[in-house]
Amino acid sequence: MIPSTVPPKYRVEVNPDRCMLCERCVKECSWGVYRREGNKIITYSNRCGACQRCVSMCPRDAITIHENPICWREHPLWTKEAREDIINQSRTGCILLSGMGNAKEYPIYYDKIVLDACQVTNPSIDPLREPMELRTYIGKKPKKLEFDFVEEEIDGKRIKKAKLKTKIAPNLKLETPIMIAHMSYGALSLNAHKAMAKAVKECGTFMGTGEGGLHKALYPYADHIITQIASGRFGVNEDYLSKGAAIEIKIGQGAKPGIGGHLPGEKVSAEVSMTRMIPEGSDAISPAPHHDIYSIEDLAQLVRSLKEATRWKVPIFVKIAAVHNVAAIANGIATSDADAVVIDGFKGGTGAAPKVFRDNVGIPIEMAIAAVDKRLRDEGVRNEISIIASGGIRNSADVFKSIALGADAVYIGTAAMIAMGCRVCGRCYTGQCAWGIATQKPELVNRLDVEEASKRVANLIKAWTLEIKELLGAAGINSIESLRGNRDRLRGVGLNEVELKALGIKHAGL
Amino acid sequence: MCGIIGFMSRKKRLISGDRIAIALDSLKERGNGQGSGYVGYGIYPKFKDSYAIHVFLDNVPNYDEIREKVKNTLEKYGYVLKDEEIPTKEGILEKEHIPWRFFYDFDEKYRDIEEDTMVKIVMEINDKIDGAFVFSSGKNLGVFKASGWPMEVAKFYKLNEYKGYMWLSHARYPTNTRGWWGGAHPFNLLNWSVVHNGEITSYGTNKRYVESFGYKCRMLTDTEVVAYIFDLLIRKHKLPVEYALNAISPKFWKEIDNMPEEERKIHEAIRMTYGGATLNGPFAIIVGTHEGMMFMNGDIEKESAMVGLTDRIKLRPLVAAEKDDLAFVSSEEAAIRKICPELDKVWMPDAGMPVIARIEK
Repeated sequence: MIPSTVPPKYRVEVNPDRCMLCERCVKECSWGVYRREGNKIITYSNRCGACQRCVSMCPRDAITIHENPICWREHPLWTKEAREDIINQSRTGCILLSGMGNAKEYPIYYDKIVLDACQVTNPSIDPLREPMELRTYIGKKPKKLEFDFVEEEIDGKRIKKAKLKTKIAPNLKLETPIMIAHMSYGALSLNAHKAMAKAVKECGTFMGTGEGGLHKALYPYADHIITQIASGRFGVNEDYLSKGAAIEIKIGQGAKPGIGGHLPGEKVSAEVSMTRMIPEGSDAISPAPHHDIYSIEDLAQLVRSLKEATRWKVPIFVKIAAVHNVAAIANGIATSDADAVVIDGFKGGTGAAPKVFRDNVGIPIEMAIAAVDKRLRDEGVRNEISIIASGGIRNSADVFKSIALGADAVYIGTAAMIAMGCRVCGRCYTGQCAWGIATQKPELVNRLDVEEASKRVANLIKAWTLEIKELLGAAGINSIESLRGNRDRLRGVGLNEVELKALGIKHAGL
Repeated sequence: MCGIIGFMSRKKRLISGDRIAIALDSLKERGNGQGSGYVGYGIYPKFKDSYAIHVFLDNVPNYDEIREKVKNTLEKYGYVLKDEEIPTKEGILEKEHIPWRFFYDFDEKYRDIEEDTMVKIVMEINDKIDGAFVFSSGKNLGVFKASGWPMEVAKFYKLNEYKGYMWLSHARYPTNTRGWWGGAHPFNLLNWSVVHNGEITSYGTNKRYVESFGYKCRMLTDTEVVAYIFDLLIRKHKLPVEYALNAISPKFWKEIDNMPEEERKIHEAIRMTYGGATLNGPFAIIVGTHEGMMFMNGDIEKESAMVGLTDRIKLRPLVAAEKDDLAFVSSEEAAIRKICPELDKVWMPDAGMPVIARIEK
């Protein structure tokens, strides 16, 4: 059977001189690319998504995957992609589904921003020899501290002493400003969740549950887990609310602003069904809006209700997709009791999103951070609420630039998945993930070794943390708060005046 | 690099301005002749309860018009008791600006908010009046600064004719911004005066932090932000001085984590709340004030005080000394010994540990 009428994207070849017919590829490929016929391995290239599972597992390096050099008549408007999409939609009459982040060629502003370093007038600091502090607190901060002076008897003398009068709201204490984003159990496998939970605990940071509830196996890590409440309210009960270190209300997601989450029924296994509290095998389609939030005051009420439900002991975050009006919305959130606002840029990943949303809706995260940070400063509330940036953060430099633009910390999603083995093949919604990450099939999930994957994720966070320390030292500062919003240390290269203004940075050379 | 020295008499003995000039002159090596400056506290006893506002007027033929605009701005809120050109000696410096001073009282109705109003006036003049620049706005104190070597600037302003009980000074080697008169130190706002050796590498963060409290950074130099942070933390937020200085030059988390519970909570709260006020990068500063500082033990110091502070890994030098009623802070011991060869005590303060000199009661 040929599942689509467009030509295969990739061409898979097995070199018969190298192949020893061990059939490892046949077993490993969950997409059904390989079949043995007599003394030959036959390939169905049209099923291949270049996830490289076979290549990684082949003991003889016999497999190569090429882009399929099929010729489409060149046309600047009617690109190959445009034609393929039409062929697929005319066949099915359906919305095109896609995975991972925005795949269109929008500018990546991170790559057009360069960093500063010290030369002569201010010495750079060596993180190998001097302390370099990345500790970050996420949550509400007071505008100012107040002290009481209380008389105390010390060594027989009555001495007045300054006592802190201001009460500090609960904050999350991060040893590094990198957290793992909300990717639900359901979208990801339990092994992937366990691996990430172990890693964040080891690194002194946090991960999000996504909207799929909290599996009991993760309870031991709950003090490093941020639970999420999305419009579907999957898995939400009192236990869930009070278990986590913080609660995040998900209004929107960068990959698909304006619509709710999608979990195809194929991925709703018995375990997922119990954790989400939905029937097995049913599609979990979250409503576009929360049905109790139709205005900003409704959101403020929900924040307050959650605070009450958790006795004001747990910080509440609100996550929104980066859309045109993101700054004003963030300001509205800042004036509620929320402790942090999460902004998710349009390159943010997803397990399943309509392609038309993924590729067309939302704005770049760099612009969104700059706009939100500026607006909150203009309103004089920036210092009281934290900003968490997410959506397409690929390396430590992206983290560094995000913080200099105005974020307190970042969420990484795709990067953490790549650390566990993901090759960004973009077919998470099928539930066939050969790496055991975005699937619920037990035989696939078992492929992901929790210990090994956890070590990889922890290594990634540690490596970025080291790099951030080096960059900070080179910039001549020894604590992360002196980088936050420090746009003086950024310069744009090849950006136009409007872009520079939106980012609040100068061009290189100025 | 820049040279800094300050001294005060804890008995409020009045000392001639030529002493500070001699001391600063020995720090020439740390400057490059593009900016030197002094501030004297207690120099205007006749007008001690009035604001002494020093303004640079651009040296243009119609500078009278600029001066009138400044005067009009001031008169919106109070009364100019006296105004005159600050006496200078001709032929020493190229007179890019005409230094002018106003002695000024607020109208009754601004009395309760006169400090905030003064900050507003300074921001307004510096922001809106072309060719005018307020560089000193405290009571019974005055800043004297220009582009030039320490001795040139002292002679230009006839510093030997002023007597004060506290003097701070600075010889500049400008790196990040061009040398201009307004960019020389000390930087002053209300009764805060700051001289600064080093660079505020966290300037971008600090600037945006104070701006969200209504301050406007307009001087093209990082030192002004130091004065605004002191003003915000100590005058407006009324933090005990020791804690305010901890906010500016914070303890490391490693130290904080090992403190007794109550102290740990305070330092954690300081860093969480005032991260934007942390001065990061190499610096040594001397700050003069008579701003009514509150201390950790509940003491309120209405009188003048001098504070010396370095960054928390001491990337710039700072040395302190005492002789009888005199307290000194400087980037070099040599500068102190130049005017006071015999000292009772000399010490190097630890990184981030403040030195605070107060008037004797």
